[in-house]
Amino acid sequence: MAQKAIREADGKKMMARLLKDYTGGKYPVKDRYITIGPETDMKKLPNKYKWLTKEKLVVKPDQLIKRRGKSKLLLLNTDWKEAEKWIKARMSKKVTVGKTTGVLDHFIVEPFIPHEQKDEYYFAITSVLEGDLVLFYHEGGVDVGDIDAKATKMLVPIGEMPTAAEFEKKLVAKAPKDRKKMLAEFFEGMYKFYADLNFAYLEINPVVVVGKDIYPLDLAAKLDDTAKFVSGKKWGDVEFPSPFGRIRTPEEEYIDMLDGKTGSSLKLTVLNPEGRIWTMVAGGGASVIYADTITDLGFMDEMANYGEYSGNPNEEFTYLYAKTILDLMTKKPNKKGKYLIVGGGIANFTDVAKTFTGIIRALREYGDKLKKQKVKIYVRRGGPNYATGLKNIGALKEEIGLDIEVYGPETHMTNIVSMALKGGK
Amino acid sequence: MAAKKTTQKKTEKKPYELFDKTTQAFIYNRQVAATQRMLDFDYVSDRETPSVAAIINPTGKDGLEKFFFGPKEILIPVFKSMKDAAKKHKNVDVMISFASFRSAPKSVEEAFEIKQLKTIVVIAEGVPERRMKELIAKAKKLDRVIIGPATVGGIQAGAFKIGNTAGTIDNIIESKLGRPGSVGFVSKSGGLSNEAYNIIARNTDGLYEGIAIGGDMYPGSTLMDHLMRYEKNPKVKMLVCLGEVGGVDEYNIVEALEKKKINKPLVMWVTGTCAKAFKTDVQFGHAGAKADAEAETADAKNKALKKAGAIVPNSFDDYALKINQTYKKLVKAGKIKPGPEPVAPIMPADYAKAMKAGEIRKPSSFISTISDERGEELYYGNMAITDVFKKDIGLGGVLSILWFKKLMPRYACKFIENVLMVVADHGPAVSGAHNTIVATRAGKDLISSLVSGLLCIGPRFGGAIDGAAQMFSSAYDRGLTPQEFIDEMKAKGVNIQGIGHRVKSVHNPDMRVTVMKNYVKKNFKKSPLLDYALEVEKLTTSKRDNLILNVDGVIGICFADMLRNEFPKAVADEYINMGALNGLFVLGRSIGFMGHHMDQKRLKQPMYRHPWDDILYMKE
Repeated sequence: MAQKAIREADGKKMMARLLKDYTGGKYPVKDRYITIGPETDMKKLPNKYKWLTKEKLVVKPDQLIKRRGKSKLLLLNTDWKEAEKWIKARMSKKVTVGKTTGVLDHFIVEPFIPHEQKDEYYFAITSVLEGDLVLFYHEGGVDVGDIDAKATKMLVPIGEMPTAAEFEKKLVAKAPKDRKKMLAEFFEGMYKFYADLNFAYLEINPVVVVGKDIYPLDLAAKLDDTAKFVSGKKWGDVEFPSPFGRIRTPEEEYIDMLDGKTGSSLKLTVLNPEGRIWTMVAGGGASVIYADTITDLGFMDEMANYGEYSGNPNEEFTYLYAKTILDLMTKKPNKKGKYLIVGGGIANFTDVAKTFTGIIRALREYGDKLKKQKVKIYVRRGGPNYATGLKNIGALKEEIGLDIEVYGPETHMTNIVSMALKGGK
Repeated sequence: MAAKKTTQKKTEKKPYELFDKTTQAFIYNRQVAATQRMLDFDYVSDRETPSVAAIINPTGKDGLEKFFFGPKEILIPVFKSMKDAAKKHKNVDVMISFASFRSAPKSVEEAFEIKQLKTIVVIAEGVPERRMKELIAKAKKLDRVIIGPATVGGIQAGAFKIGNTAGTIDNIIESKLGRPGSVGFVSKSGGLSNEAYNIIARNTDGLYEGIAIGGDMYPGSTLMDHLMRYEKNPKVKMLVCLGEVGGVDEYNIVEALEKKKINKPLVMWVTGTCAKAFKTDVQFGHAGAKADAEAETADAKNKALKKAGAIVPNSFDDYALKINQTYKKLVKAGKIKPGPEPVAPIMPADYAKAMKAGEIRKPSSFISTISDERGEELYYGNMAITDVFKKDIGLGGVLSILWFKKLMPRYACKFIENVLMVVADHGPAVSGAHNTIVATRAGKDLISSLVSGLLCIGPRFGGAIDGAAQMFSSAYDRGLTPQEFIDEMKAKGVNIQGIGHRVKSVHNPDMRVTVMKNYVKKNFKKSPLLDYALEVEKLTTSKRDNLILNVDGVIGICFADMLRNEFPKAVADEYINMGALNGLFVLGRSIGFMGHHMDQKRLKQPMYRHPWDDILYMKE
């Protein structure tokens, strides 16, 4: 539940569908945006979109990648034949952008709009506490530079809808005289569109003016997904893709699936499957702090996973969650041994003894593997019925010989991390 | 149900105080558990009045709801409209909205219209950001404080607790939240506030006030807002804050430190330093917990805070230590004088909880041994309902378990079913059926009509079954010969129950009797009472043709035989004394009576009135 980035094509299609309603029919945007995914049958496209083989085209990946031009992920002024070849050569292939490596799987194809550098403008709206900040710069494009310093900024207080005249006066003063009015009218509509659809961020760089038409050439946007019940109909069939480079492992997808099945929360991110420090922490806030502490104590590279379980999952789900982590952590032994942090703060109402039954079941099942791989387990938890929970999980030491230490609320929440890692260095 | 005073005169609060020991709130939406938790806190805090003045239930009706206030029960009013509630409770200045993310903004707007509601708490998670920004702007104009959304709320130790803050009552007592200390705490996370209160309780003289502002991008009030209140409050001696990756609120704190707007010691840590371990942008659980710029990272914020003079640990691991050191310094400097620990009132245990935990016991008022509906499936005796059908024990089997507490062999169950079939009806003229019909025709419902018939069952109607069983078994058990038995009855001047029929005779046998007799002869391993009765019949029919063993007799006697085959004699006799045979007749004949009721309804029969000419009117 937060601000979520959308695909460029989805944002532009929304503009094509709705912007005319906010500009009194002026500055229509034609829906000439095609999304191509791994399943798309490209042979069928020319038949469906007549313009595809008639116009010059632009092709780029549509996966929330910034500065595509600089990473050579942009094909300009091309025809369909070339575009098809270009996409085929890249589809489902790994690429590295900056520090992030990911698989290309979505492309956007649109008509190429011939224009000059002087026709490019920068336009953005960002959300701030007091309202929205509208940014404009009379030069646009990839080389615009430090826009935060350069741009003209206009604060629109929450609830206000500035007129075109206001935009003309306060925002586009530096634009060429003959284009001020049209840009101001366009931006007035864009702001209404942005506010009414509950966008949280919208950047068009560049906005291009050719004759009497305005084109959004490059668009990045975020929606406030909590507003789905208000604006969902207008959004249409919109997707919230994961950030580029986020490749889900089967285990992560499995936990996602479990998460979807329960009213509780189950989360897992594998950071480094070879890492020696694994965590199984209750609570969203606590889980971050455990990961922080591992990082702050200098063991970031050894941190194998991030995750949390919360909202009182039942025994079965807790068991499946624990089992998934234990399975991952015992896949490959490490001579130096491993650590499992079963952490958590003081629960509000969750019955600790009850949630521990699932974890205990999984620990029993993986007992032999855990012992063989010299896994040292540290437990810390508080809240309703914690004493019983801790006693039960601690009993595994006697019962099956696990190397396990157990602590309650008298011990500082993250102390088990330093206790574990003292021997780690 | 003696309530303490439910309202109290409002005492003037300082502008930096949102709550005190007399603060009362409205709870928006019926939240029974959260309300009770607030009242439990009130009790351990030794409050005179409950902190909940009224519940606003927009989808309900005005009324009263029962709650506990310590060991006693009190009534808390419920209003459909917030305005009505406010008119009645002019001292209330806090509104806690448990409305969903859809309707929470509406509840806040409603509270805006009521001047007295200075503090508004929004618990819901998922309120659209734009909508929230509107509310924040409006609150500022109207000089109101919003806590939330997406929060558990907050607590002023020993004074006022919002909703579910601080968890169970055990935790509240454990973290010494029933009386004030000197620490002002604020965090984004509500989930971690319990942990923070635990840390504060263990390392200082305790919490003064703690607020969780909520994890949204645009909280109604900020970390900074609450720190500034604590700074101004002379009762707060040190500040503790837990920030979070994402947003720039922490830089306002940095600025306040630099400009000496915050002068009390501030121990602060910003969580989310692990974000750098992730290869892609990471969004933690909270909507606001995402760094869009370097300055929004936890590392940058911790560094800036440290530089500005906050006490920043090296990691969360030292957080408690830094809090403890800061506290000790204040004690040493004489700024805090730790007082003696007051004794917290003992919270009466919740009955259901204590029972579950095995802490208390109580004698039960009822015992039941024949069935149990509490588990996954219904049990008749030891048999799960699925087995009842899998093993096809039939109606006789079910009756056998529920009446006699064991599943008797098939022959016996079948016999029970035979009895039920034989007694199911005996025409409309018998007194019970007649009564049922008369009642039905008087317009009565099925149950009334049925009961009207059943109430006729007794010594003269249906009672012969029971009587026959008792008479014959008594004679048999006393070792009387059939002749001695007949003579005894004759001497007493009593008819032998179960002998004799109005029309049927030796030469014109009752087929019902024949059927039953044949079944028993074929399937019972022994039937001494029936054999005895047949000897008696031989003698009586030799006197008069129609003094046969009739259907009531054969049923009663054979049933007694059956019970004696399956149970020790004493047990079998007890069942008969309990009225098992009457029961069998009532059960079977109910089928017929209900049939007559439906028959009369189907035929749309009018009211029956007995004709005069059929009644002999006489004067004595």
